[in-house]
Amino acid sequence: MAEPFDFTPVPPEGRGAAQTLRTAPDGPWRRLRRDKSARLALGLLAALFLFAFLGPLVVPYGYDAFLRGAENLPPLGFGAEEEALRAAGEFVFPHLLGTDRFGRDALARLMAGTRVSLCVALAAGALVLTVGTTYGAVSGWRGGKTDLVLQRVAEVVASVPEVLVILLASTALGDLFQSFAQAHPESELARALLRVGPNLCAMLLTFAGLYWVSLSRVVRGEVLRLKETEYVTAARALGASGRRIVLRHLLPNCAGQIAVTVCLQIPTAIFLESFLSFLGVGVTAPMTSLGALIQEALGALYTYPYRLIFPTAVLGLLILSFQVLGDRLRDALDPRTAI
Amino acid sequence: MVRYIAQRLGTAVLALLAVACLAVVLTRSAPGDPWLDVKHNSGQREAVLDARYGLDRPLPAQVGSYLWDLLHLDLGVSLKLRQGTAVNTLIAESFPVSARLGLFALGWAVLAGVPLGCLAACRRGRAFDKGFRAVCALGGCLPSFAVAALLLCALCGGILKVFPAAFDGSAKSYVLPCFALGLYPMCTLARQTRAAVLENLQTDFLRSARARGLSRRRLVFGHALRCALPPLLALLAPMLAFALCGSFVVEQVFSIPGLGSVLVRAVESRDYPVITGVTVFLAALVIGCNLAGDLLSRAADPRVRLGEEGQAHGGAL
Repeated sequence: MAEPFDFTPVPPEGRGAAQTLRTAPDGPWRRLRRDKSARLALGLLAALFLFAFLGPLVVPYGYDAFLRGAENLPPLGFGAEEEALRAAGEFVFPHLLGTDRFGRDALARLMAGTRVSLCVALAAGALVLTVGTTYGAVSGWRGGKTDLVLQRVAEVVASVPEVLVILLASTALGDLFQSFAQAHPESELARALLRVGPNLCAMLLTFAGLYWVSLSRVVRGEVLRLKETEYVTAARALGASGRRIVLRHLLPNCAGQIAVTVCLQIPTAIFLESFLSFLGVGVTAPMTSLGALIQEALGALYTYPYRLIFPTAVLGLLILSFQVLGDRLRDALDPRTAI
Repeated sequence: MVRYIAQRLGTAVLALLAVACLAVVLTRSAPGDPWLDVKHNSGQREAVLDARYGLDRPLPAQVGSYLWDLLHLDLGVSLKLRQGTAVNTLIAESFPVSARLGLFALGWAVLAGVPLGCLAACRRGRAFDKGFRAVCALGGCLPSFAVAALLLCALCGGILKVFPAAFDGSAKSYVLPCFALGLYPMCTLARQTRAAVLENLQTDFLRSARARGLSRRRLVFGHALRCALPPLLALLAPMLAFALCGSFVVEQVFSIPGLGSVLVRAVESRDYPVITGVTVFLAALVIGCNLAGDLLSRAADPRVRLGEEGQAHGGAL
């Protein structure tokens, strides 16, 4: 029988089977990895990424290549010239999803649209992350009057309706970009700006300007909670600057909450972008996006219904996987809230 | 409570002012000729038009006069959509349709979402709950225009011609647009109701009420749901804002002559007074709804309502 306060470790051979306790290691990431729907969502996202970015390596058609003689083909159809080539014995890559009314391959366009939607969503997520984290961390760390003023400003910003501001901004930016391009015709920046388009720039600017409020509130809450912990007091006593404490100690400890909020903000960005592209104030031609593809499909809804179904399915899967991932991440971080 | 109301009111007014200023600044300072596609004969006419609409004044003066007009509820005159008509008239003509659409959509979202959420909370883990969560996940992942387009494709033409494809004001033509618009709010509301009711079902006070013999219906509706109301009320206001903005696209799909289509046409034709006027009107509506929802949810939660008064009286409670 060991002494009551005997802290000498028992050598492994001395332990009986009953005394050996093996628990599975636990933690948020492990819980997430074990969750079936999270794995499914991640797999789906990976598949969509591969489809959007590596798919064009498989499909030889460009997303804005007009193929004469191959207009309005059904899925797995071939145009007149392509039929001739096939009769001659050559292999012609089939139009797996058909073509639109200009002869552009629908699968290539779907991949391009998914690419644009994904890039816009991730760019918006990155902007929200940067602005929201900085704002929330500064507001939480400084406290006092600074915090009060910053929170009032955030309340006003949160009350502004975003869609309307985007519509306004895209009207203004459109003219601005045009005049900039006319004034500097050989500038790379002007060309790049015109390619991305004023509408997308307006959307990204509005995201950076208006969507960060919920993330900043989460970060502020976490910073306020962690500010009083002992290790922060110790760091301050050792002379660490505020910036170092926040960047090195506080923010890494909020990483989980930040990840959840950003992950749940990305579907909003995808929704918004597809909504604007559908209205015609999103991507500018020849760039296409899932919303623009759905809008094109409306024109020939009863004759070619499959043109609506494929972009809708991809859009739904994209949003669903981000939402499920965000939900599971939130449950993994705090199992008590998992219902 | 009064202090909170005053503070929120102040924030709301500031937000509306910010939107109005932003609207004027963005549209008036955009380079480009607003008279490009308006018929006029010579450069002199441009100067006259500019003077008439006050576009030759410095920007702060324009913002100031717009805000002054706003105080008198004067939103300007349309330049291109319908030359000479007041923006107020355009709004008065098209808003009722959009309002009806939005209200019906939200109505069905609440009437279907809240009871279904309660039911799913009571039958947690069983088949109904699983099916409910699957339906909510699917319904919440598609934007309203995608749902509208799918419905249009499936039910308005081709094989099944159950509903009219073009909007004609009849009750039947409201069904599909309202369903499409209300699906996302319904799924969100249902999920939140389920979570809130489930949380309340696991509390001590509900267990003791059950031990005292309260009927199941009273337990769920009288206590669990009643205590879940504040966060749901807080959710309703953004839902209304969402319904208003979502109606833009649904109106496009079903060709409904509402406020959303007026705004979209104004954006396409660069009719700045209409764009600013409709934007400020919608912003006022959205901000007002958010404010009302926030205050309602605080008033519905006795802990908040009484807690603040208790603190004001020195914490005697």
